[in-house]
Amino acid sequence: MTGLGLAPVFAAVVARDLTLALRRRSDVLTTFFFFVIVVSLFPLGVGAQSNVLRSIGPGVVWVAALLASMLALVRLFASDFDDGTLEQMVLSPQPLVLLVVAKVFAHWLVSGLPLVLVAPLLGLQFDLPASALGVMVMTLLLGTPCLSLIGAIGAALTLGVRGAGGLLALLVLPLYVPVLIFGAAAVSASVSGMSTSAHLSVLGACLLLALVLGPWASAAAVRIAIE
Amino acid sequence: MLWVLGPNGSGKTTLLRLLCGLLRPESGIVRWKGEDVRGAPDGLHEDLLYLGHAPAVKDDLSSRENLRFGLAQTGIGITPGEADAALDEFGLAGLEAAPTRTLSQGQKRRAALSRLALGAAKALWILDEPFTALDAQAVQLVQAHLARQLTRGGCVVFTSHHEVELAGHAVTRLQLAQ
Amino acid sequence: MRFNVWKYASPPTFYRLAGTLAPWFLGLAALLAAAGLYMGFFIAPTDFQQGESYRIIFIHVPSAWMSMFIYAVMAFWCAMGLVFNTRLSFMMALALAPTGAMFTFVALWSGALWGKPTWGTWWVWDARLTSELILLFLYIGFLSLHAAIDDTRRADRAAALLALVGVINVPIIYFSVQWWSTLHQGASVSLTRAPTMAATMLLGMLIMSLSAWMYAIGVSFLRVRSIMLGRESEAEWVRELGALTR
Repeated sequence: MTGLGLAPVFAAVVARDLTLALRRRSDVLTTFFFFVIVVSLFPLGVGAQSNVLRSIGPGVVWVAALLASMLALVRLFASDFDDGTLEQMVLSPQPLVLLVVAKVFAHWLVSGLPLVLVAPLLGLQFDLPASALGVMVMTLLLGTPCLSLIGAIGAALTLGVRGAGGLLALLVLPLYVPVLIFGAAAVSASVSGMSTSAHLSVLGACLLLALVLGPWASAAAVRIAIE
Repeated sequence: MLWVLGPNGSGKTTLLRLLCGLLRPESGIVRWKGEDVRGAPDGLHEDLLYLGHAPAVKDDLSSRENLRFGLAQTGIGITPGEADAALDEFGLAGLEAAPTRTLSQGQKRRAALSRLALGAAKALWILDEPFTALDAQAVQLVQAHLARQLTRGGCVVFTSHHEVELAGHAVTRLQLAQ
Repeated sequence: MRFNVWKYASPPTFYRLAGTLAPWFLGLAALLAAAGLYMGFFIAPTDFQQGESYRIIFIHVPSAWMSMFIYAVMAFWCAMGLVFNTRLSFMMALALAPTGAMFTFVALWSGALWGKPTWGTWWVWDARLTSELILLFLYIGFLSLHAAIDDTRRADRAAALLALVGVINVPIIYFSVQWWSTLHQGASVSLTRAPTMAATMLLGMLIMSLSAWMYAIGVSFLRVRSIMLGRESEAEWVRELGALTR
């Protein structure tokens, strides 16, 4: 038996959640395919005029990312809550905030990062230029962790509650709106050839804020849910 | 050794969770080594081993993985060999690598209880219904671990519907009324 | 004699106090509203640019101010409850939320009614309107979360945490017209500069705001009494009350 420092503990929790996700691949793939399908439905529904697609593309990809992220969030703490392992985390001498960040990070790796990687391909359906696709990847890379961090608060607050999925959406979507606005606006700005630095800076600021406050609020929410 | 007794619904689990600091008391303070358990929980958490009603095992992980990850998140690293030794002690030899989903209720509980074999460093053991779903041999095993904990100078607080007798150790009973 | 604030953290004491004060607040609110509306619709002059339609400002601005102010007060009581674990703090926050939501709704609707003749559109997605809409969702989220959790203590604490997470929205609403170039007009009323509107308009608006504030206090007091009765129905003091009314 050896004592573990903060970094190995973080790595162990990430490894655990990744192992669990890999063994329940269907959950993970469902979120991913939901994203792909939702985005792909829009050109079919709206018609193939490039100028229309180009103007709605950024928004569509971003909203789909939002919705996919929310679908995945319900699972973040729920299974641990049900089988008693979340309780053990609360009782751990290691900081709960660290364990929560590790879980959110693993969750993002499995639910958020794939969206970031596939988005450029989907963006092609909307006739977006390459530079805009690059900006899209950038905004999703900054934004999806925000969504996971903010969403974790909602996931923790709604643990074990009736109708958790719908309630989670209601609680978390208002908090997502700034990320959505700046993310989509950055890509639209790039399409029009305008500067994106302001939007990306704000997104970066949102991410920092979410990183600092999110896990702390989520840990507090977990403690409240465990009571 | 404190044995909390009472009929169903009398609040035994609630009391244990209060002692762990999971619940906030309406009034009064729970202290461990003089410190408020809600205000400064780290002191208690360093010394505490808690087994609640739920077995706290993930169905999709093997018993070995459950044990290793479970301890890792408390800051303790164990080798696969150490994990297997603990699991074997609790009669799960050969089943260490199987997903706990495939185990019977009794086997799952034994997988959860194998933490006792690795909990020598924890001064306070709080166990909610540790003897449920166990056969006579497993009950003896758990009692042996409890005795060892007490001999080391540790404390055990538990609930049980079975009569518990440990040679050489006095049991304090706390009877909760309805 | 020291004024002991903590005395009023006790539900039965506050119940009596709230019951005595509420009618006064509501009465005052009614008087101020009458005065404010009279000023707004009969005394204040016609606006140079907007004609008569600007008069909705006497409803719109007070509601908007109250929607933000009530959220801040609600968040304050949530914080108090989480820190001091006082039951009454959570009850007060819960009592304020529906009134806050109402004012937000009124602000949005009156804003739309104003926007149509002035900007030519019922709605625009600029920073201030969007963040005010988010505020409405935050209120609704607070009330929904509280209603969804059966255990009252956990419901109080979870909703309180949510309210505190959302409080970041209030400064965003307030400063949005400074930070972004928005369609919504900038602040005409400031604590540091002289106001840029006619004195009677300003006075009318302030009177209406005060009226809204008094109304909010009065109605929250009534609501919190009702919440107290519901939660403490087993307690001694409630049963005594019941005996009194028999």
